[in-house]
This record gives sequence, C-alpha cells and structure tokens, in this order.
Amino acid sequence: MSDLQTTQEVSAAVIDALIVKHQQQPGALLPLLHAIQDTVGYVPQSCYASISKALSLSIAEVHGVVTFYHHFRTHQPGRHVMQICRAESCQAMGSEALEAHAKACLNVDYHQTTADGAITLEPVYCLGNCALSPSVMVDDEIYGRVSPSELDALIAEAKVSEVKA
Amino acid sequence: MVTKIYIPRDSSALAVGAEKVALAIAAEAKHRGLDVEIIRNGSRGLYWLETMVEVATGQGRVAYGPVKAKDVASLFDADFIHGKAHALSLGLTEEIEWLKKQQRLTFARVGITDPISIADYIAHDGYKGLKNALKLSGAEIVKAVTDSGLRGRGGAAFPTGIKWNTVLGCESEQKYIVCNADEGDSGTYSDRMIMEGDPFVLIEGMTIAGVAVGATQGYIYIRSEYPHALAVLNEAIDAANQAGYLGDDILGSGKTFRLEARRAAGAYVCGEETSLLESLEGKRGLVRFKPPLPAIEGLFGKPTVVNNVISLATVPIILDKGAQFYADYGMGRSRGTLPIQLAGNLKHNGLVELAFGATLRELLYDYGGGSASGRPIRAVQVGGPLGAYLPENQFDTPLDYEEFAKLWAVLGHGGIVAFDDSVDMAKMARYAFEFCAVESCGKCTPCRIGSTRGVEVIDKITSGKDHAKNIQLVRDLSDTMLNGSLCALGGMTPYPVLSALNHFPKDFGLSSEAK
Repeated sequence: MSDLQTTQEVSAAVIDALIVKHQQQPGALLPLLHAIQDTVGYVPQSCYASISKALSLSIAEVHGVVTFYHHFRTHQPGRHVMQICRAESCQAMGSEALEAHAKACLNVDYHQTTADGAITLEPVYCLGNCALSPSVMVDDEIYGRVSPSELDALIAEAKVSEVKA
Repeated sequence: MVTKIYIPRDSSALAVGAEKVALAIAAEAKHRGLDVEIIRNGSRGLYWLETMVEVATGQGRVAYGPVKAKDVASLFDADFIHGKAHALSLGLTEEIEWLKKQQRLTFARVGITDPISIADYIAHDGYKGLKNALKLSGAEIVKAVTDSGLRGRGGAAFPTGIKWNTVLGCESEQKYIVCNADEGDSGTYSDRMIMEGDPFVLIEGMTIAGVAVGATQGYIYIRSEYPHALAVLNEAIDAANQAGYLGDDILGSGKTFRLEARRAAGAYVCGEETSLLESLEGKRGLVRFKPPLPAIEGLFGKPTVVNNVISLATVPIILDKGAQFYADYGMGRSRGTLPIQLAGNLKHNGLVELAFGATLRELLYDYGGGSASGRPIRAVQVGGPLGAYLPENQFDTPLDYEEFAKLWAVLGHGGIVAFDDSVDMAKMARYAFEFCAVESCGKCTPCRIGSTRGVEVIDKITSGKDHAKNIQLVRDLSDTMLNGSLCALGGMTPYPVLSALNHFPKDFGLSSEAK
C-alpha cells in the first residue's frame, strides 16, 4: 500500500473530472470508484484526498471502502485480468485442476501479474455461468466449459492482444 | 419476406460462442443475399444446447443447437431459415419436452421476446399488471401480493406482501424500492437470466412496488460480475423512461417512479439486505443490527422495500392474472412456482420453473439427465454456498420451504449443484469455512474468527491430529457460529459443514456408524 503511482499526474485531472460528475449522486462513493477504476484501471491512493474532500469523508473512510470490496484494486493490473471461478458448481466440474493449470502456465499465484505484464490472475466466487462450469472471465468476457487446452488458448490470445477487448 | 432469427445475448450463451455464431449468421446471410432479421433474445434456459438458434416459421419457432460458428454454413445449406432439417435440428421449440413440461410464470417471456423491445414486451402481456395496479389503492395492491402467497425468492422466504405492508404503513416523505440483484450464490443464475432476458418484467415489478407503498425511487443493486446483465438493464431502463413507463407521471397516472441500476463491487456479504443498503449508501458493506428493520429504517434511514429480482419479477403476473391464479400453484405454505437452476455435474443444466413440490430426484434425473461425468451423483448442495449438502437418501424430498427445513436444509434461491462420487466432502466443508473467511464483513466475531479457525480445525481432522477432539471442536464452533453470528453468512456456514460431516462421515475419517 505504500508505493507512489507513476501515472499519478496523468490520472489526477481525469479523476477530478469524475469526482465533479459523481459527487452530487446519493451514495456517490461506489459509483465514483467504479468510474475511476473503469477509466484508470485501478483506484490510485493519490486520489483519496480529493475524494474525501469532495464527499466530506475522512481519508480512512475512503481507504476502508476501497479495500473492503474485492473488485477495487489499488495498483495497476496487467493488460488483461483473468478471473477463474472457485465456487462449488465449478469445483464439481474440475475448476481446481484449471486453477492449478493457470497458475503453472502463467507462473503466478492469485492476485499477481505475469512477468510480461499481460495478465493478472484473480479468483472469483461465481460468475452466474453455473450451468456451463467451469467458468473463466477475461476482462468483461465470460467463457464456459473451459478445458485446460481452452485456457491455454485464452492465455495465448491475451498475451498477444495489447488492449482490453 | 424477412426471416426472424433468434440468437441469445445471455451471458452463458455468449460464454460458449453466441457472439461468433451471430456474426457468422449475419455474414453468411449477407453473402447469400438473404433477408434476415437477427434478434438477440434471452436464453430459453436449455444451456447444454447453447448456442441455441431459433428461426421463426409459419409453424412456429424451430430450434437448432448447440450451434458453433463452424456449423453456420451447413445450416444455410440445409435451408434452416425455412426450418428445414439439419443434424442440429431440435424441432419446434415449444414442443421440446424439457421446456414443455415446465410451468413458466415468472419466466413466461424469457427467450421468447427481444429483451430491449418495449413493444415486444407489451405484445406478450407486458405491463398489464402495472395497468391494473394503477387502478387500485396501495393497500389493494399489497393485499393482492399477500394473498398470492409470494415469499421472498432470495432465500429467506419472508412473505413479500407483509414486508410491503410495513413500508406502506410508514409515514415518510421519501421511501425506496431496492432490488437485490447481488446474486452471489454458486449454482444460481435465474436473476441474471431475468435481467438479460426480460428486464422489463423486473422494471414493471419494481414500479408496481413503488406505486403500492408510495416510493418514488428505485435502485437495482447488481453484481459487478454481471456486465452483460447491467448493459441490458440500462438499455431497458432507458426505453421504459422514453415510453413513459418510468419517470414522472407514469402512463398519465400522476405517479412518479425513477429507477437506477447500481454496480456492486464483488462482496458476497452485500447480498445480505442491510449490508447491501450500506453499500448503496457508499460505505463498507458491514451488516447492520436489526431492528430497526429496513422496511422502517432502510436506505438513507428511510422506509425501504428490499426484494430479490425473482420476487419483484413475479409481481406483474400476480397483478395481471390475480392472486388466486398464482396461489393455485404450489404446495403447503410454498405457493406459486420456483425457478430452479440446475448446476454443477449434470448432463442437462438449465432453468426449470415448476410449481413447488417437485422432488430433487425428478430435477436431477428427469431434467438434469444424471451426472455429466456418467458417475453416480453422490451429493447435492441446494441453496448456494450456505445451503446444506443432501445425500442420495434425501433426493425424494419435495422442493418446499418447510420440507427442506425439516431436514435442516434450505431451498435458498433455488440453485442445485450436483457432485459425482469423486467429491471429497471434507474438502467441501473446508471450502465452506474458507469462503466465509474470504467474504466475512468482519463485524461479528463468530463469523470473522470462527471461519478461519474452522479451516484450521478441518485441516487437523483430515490430517488425523487429535481426531475425536477436533470433530467435537468443529461441532462446538458451528454451534457458536449458528447462534452467535449477526447474519446468515456466519450463521449458515455450519449448514454445509455439518451436513457434510453428518451425511458423509467417512470423508472425515469416521466410520459411518459414528454418525
């Protein structure tokens, strides 16, 4: 939680505009954090002060909300985020083997990014695709009945594509 | 003549290539100079047949599936746009046995209509419920919902009409309708199917709720894991606003109801209603003490109806066809229908809406077709990660809230996850504790600490360390969590744990007699 973000200066103006856009909304913090993460890729800690000022919250409250929710991240992820479902339905269809396969192929554990910066691997607890388990999500695209070889194809595709689909 | 071709935009259909199929069909039709109109519908819920493509013919809609993009050229060669035979032909959709045997009330339109066409919705009986409701007083609407016997489909099964009546009776300048669309239970996807396949029925249900209790603002709190559902919902909300079905002066009635979809952020506990309200207010999703009930002091401290997607989406048909029509389905105190979601290790997974009373065995074998792996089904978990595991000798239990309660099990949101005989139930019990530890909001000690201690105790049991002592310890710990937790997350984690231990003692290193 301590490092200074390199994209800080670029993001600041963008984030300030988002704050202005959302601050009048009732219960504005979550919609605002979503907007920031959708735009910047994560929620930089450098913006906590301006958020807290605009929404009349303490910095601790902003930090508390960001860290409470699994969806929000405080660091830039890889170019793609790959989520593997760990929930029961997917376990019944072999997700454990898929998780092990992904970790081995990418040489990372959960919450880590591959050395080439292409893929951040995350666990997820249900994607609502339980009829076609096991499930994987890459950015906003969902894949069902994913076999290890299909996962290899998804990884290969993510490695070569530069930006989010 | 333009031929209508239906290709689902449902997430699970997309997960097996529906987008590629749609693109391939559009390209092939263009290439062949054929005049087709592609409609992106919801899923009919026969997921093992997705991508299921339907063609409108003079005889009715004809289905093909599972279609892959590579099959598209051969479908055109076989003249599928006139419903002709192909290796993937499934015949007339309405005649598919799996679908025909169902009693689809809440899901009446899902897969049939264009989800974002308000004209199509109205052509299929949409907004009849709201039009009836606008002629009634708030108390009369609430009475209809109460008389229908509808109980909260999110899992708690609390009578919907009683909840509405409390909000109706509160004096307040502002009230809210909140839809809980934080469908986080593994094995459940019916909320998603409604939002992606028939979003107007949810919008109509919420509008009726608003008119009934005097609430002018609604929020749909939807999981961040459902980007496609959110997109469809937002399109539908825009369409309803433009057509005068949302906003000020709905259909000239003078009534106001505004609606906004809000994204959740990946916390399972926010499916608990008070945690959800905290989250909507922009805070950490910490569970609130009750009382006060949300119906009295809910969102921003105002009287609030919090209902699940399926509960709200069932209201329009009750107001359209009458309370008695709905109450005539079901058994005992479980009235109406339950959209059941088959998941996990089954051959034919999908959405089965039936009146309460069907047995697990019928669902697992008649609908589910047995296990996908071909091995015997050993255990099923009903009602999500906090639901009990049921062994084979309980498969004849009818789906009914009270019948399940007798077995110390729950129906929850109607999700059924099947496991074959390769499952290790001690591992599933460990996972239940692990999940609770990951998702605990941290407010109460039994859940926050108990879940982590639970993982450790199960590890000791499976490694054989002080075995008898640790079996007793996991029971004591479960007792503390059951009775001492603030909400269902900590309070129900013992359901999967103890049901696994009681029904599958061998997996915990016990002889079966020790049970």
